[in-house]
Amino acid sequence: MVSGKGIIGLKYLGKDDIEKIVETAFSMRDISKRSVKKVPTLRGKTVINLFFESSTRTKTSFEIAAKRLSADVVNFSYASSSTSKGETTIDTAKNIEAMNPDVFIIRHASSGIMELLSRHLKTPIISAGDGTNEHPTQGLLDIMTIRDEKKRIDGLKVVVAGDIYHSRVARSDIYGMGKLGAKVYFFSPPTLITEDYASLGARVTYDAQEAFTDADVIIMLRIQLERQATGLFPSTREYAKVFGLNEQRLKLAKPDVIVMHPGPINRGLELSSGVADNKEHSRVLKQVENGVSIRMSAIYHTIGEGHEYTDN
Amino acid sequence: MNILIINGLLIDPSQNMEKSGALLIEDDRIKGIVDPASYSINGDTAFLKGQKDKPYTVIDAAGKWVVPGLIDMHVHFRDPGYEYKEDIITGTMAAMSGGFTSVCAMPNTRPINDNKTVTSYMISKARDAGYANLFPIAAVSKGSGGAELSEIYDLVDAGAVAVSDDGMPVASAGLLRMALLYMKPLGIPLIDHPEELSLSKSGYMNEGVASVKLGLNGIPQTAESVAVARDIMIAAETGSRLHLAHISTRYSIELVRWAKKMGIPVTCEVTTNHFSLNEDAVDGYNTNAKLNPPLRSERDRQAVLEAISDGTIDCIVTDHAPHGHDEKEVEFDKALNGISGLETSVGLSLKLVHDKIINKKQFVQLMSYTPSVIVNLKNKGTLKTGADADVTIIDPDKKWVVDKNKFLSKGRNTPFHGRELKGRAWMTIAGGKIHGNTRT
Repeated sequence: MVSGKGIIGLKYLGKDDIEKIVETAFSMRDISKRSVKKVPTLRGKTVINLFFESSTRTKTSFEIAAKRLSADVVNFSYASSSTSKGETTIDTAKNIEAMNPDVFIIRHASSGIMELLSRHLKTPIISAGDGTNEHPTQGLLDIMTIRDEKKRIDGLKVVVAGDIYHSRVARSDIYGMGKLGAKVYFFSPPTLITEDYASLGARVTYDAQEAFTDADVIIMLRIQLERQATGLFPSTREYAKVFGLNEQRLKLAKPDVIVMHPGPINRGLELSSGVADNKEHSRVLKQVENGVSIRMSAIYHTIGEGHEYTDN
Repeated sequence: MNILIINGLLIDPSQNMEKSGALLIEDDRIKGIVDPASYSINGDTAFLKGQKDKPYTVIDAAGKWVVPGLIDMHVHFRDPGYEYKEDIITGTMAAMSGGFTSVCAMPNTRPINDNKTVTSYMISKARDAGYANLFPIAAVSKGSGGAELSEIYDLVDAGAVAVSDDGMPVASAGLLRMALLYMKPLGIPLIDHPEELSLSKSGYMNEGVASVKLGLNGIPQTAESVAVARDIMIAAETGSRLHLAHISTRYSIELVRWAKKMGIPVTCEVTTNHFSLNEDAVDGYNTNAKLNPPLRSERDRQAVLEAISDGTIDCIVTDHAPHGHDEKEVEFDKALNGISGLETSVGLSLKLVHDKIINKKQFVQLMSYTPSVIVNLKNKGTLKTGADADVTIIDPDKKWVVDKNKFLSKGRNTPFHGRELKGRAWMTIAGGKIHGNTRT
């Protein structure tokens, strides 16, 4: 599924694929802790970061991941691209493909763009997020972070809270964690979810008590401030009060609960500063660290299988 | 032409008729149904008893249905302005190929058909082409902009058979009320595209399980039903004729059912797309299944089928919406709405007969007779003596596979490519002229 084809969504990956990528990521994590943070595995390979939507951390994370595997990374910036000159996304991608890259890392504002481009490109694609659909490597790094801490996924109560409707992270989380046996709760104001989300295998709740009680893992999603302007909630004050995570609500969860967030955090909105900085529970920076390993693993399984990565 | 169609099953709801027989056409008129004893056949030619100097071309329609020419009262021909998508020549050719002798073309051309010049252009270009009859539907408001009424009397004088701002709803309840009042003496329908934009604006497909799976923003059902309710109330108050375009949800249907029970002058149509497909057709981000209103849930589709069966839905249309390849092979959210439907409509609609949802007479009613009544096409939609010689001969059991590359329409945007259908138009006769006698 992954090798030679890429990763465009966790909905397409089997349990075995997901576990394999996470396992490899764990074994690659050590590389990032050495004084020489590089293995020659993907020497001579070209990785294209093709970002049609602005991104700082995901693009950086992919770039670092590729470089630690010795691949050459070329960043294609949407701002200076031909798309602003009227070129179609397909034409842009095909033009770059003509320069013979080995893998595309693509982010785009349109859901389903990966499926469209897959039909037109021979080069494998790893999705760095499409529209409101999926962000598979975020889902994988979330799984890795939970596994790191809890040693398992199966049977855990995982709460994903916030703007589920517009979140590609929520979708990749439920696809991935659902396949690994987690009990996933979606907690959100009714304007930022629909009851149809239960069809993904999640339990949908509007009640903070039900959501957070006995949770093993809480993933708070970023609330985009522009949603307020479109009337989806009346004020950041009320959102924080009714749907945010604070120290008091955290007490409802299991004592060893971990709190995650795909970033960037709106302090005082979805997450209080006290929770965000709580060293005992917060794993936000651990997610970022694991993100590099997951992306190394994702690139490796897409274009490098068969090459050694445990160098020396 | 003088034509004698023999051995066919004549189906004509206007005369409550369904019987085997021979139909005589003289020039551009239907002469009548004739008794086998009244003619003699010699090869491909027939003569009426005592008229040896007047030959009739014989068409043997054994095993086929002979019905009044089919009428599609909702097509988009893109001409003037977007001829790369479709022009009036290819559009009317595609109509004939699909079995339609008459079509009503929506006004969202460039320029918009909100003036006599465009209306006259469309009619004369279709007449010169000589394929299907074209009846323009003019814009309700100038530029379909939703602010001021167009010159509706002038447009009707030029040949428009209805008004609509299709593609968009009539912008406000106030304008809709004014339009319905103003045009009441004309006796033509206002065709509204029922959509409450504040509910639909951020969506790309039906809101439901399928949109959740694909991560595409949804369009809720209420975007349609709220507008249907608005429209029905205004039709009730004004007493003017309202026709609701492409209704697709179970609540819209219930509202129409109620309106008809109340005697409110409302008719409605459904597209072949909405009774043939549900939201699952969008799977894989299939932009050929992206349309407006969006394909709905299976539950809605079942409600549509029931409403077709019980007569709540008055007619079947294609909403033929041809687009260029590059307008569909793009990001899902950027893809244009619509399906090129003229050449698959009969096959898809006959499935309703094969599945026993409707009978043969209902099929003809939905696809010819009732549309002729709604848009006041005198002498069409019927096989009565003296009617226009518009006749469609249907081979109801012919199995064939949809191949978009064989479409006469420029629009190849269809989700039905590769689908096997049972039944198609075998021959189409418009104004006494035979088209498409190639499918033996």
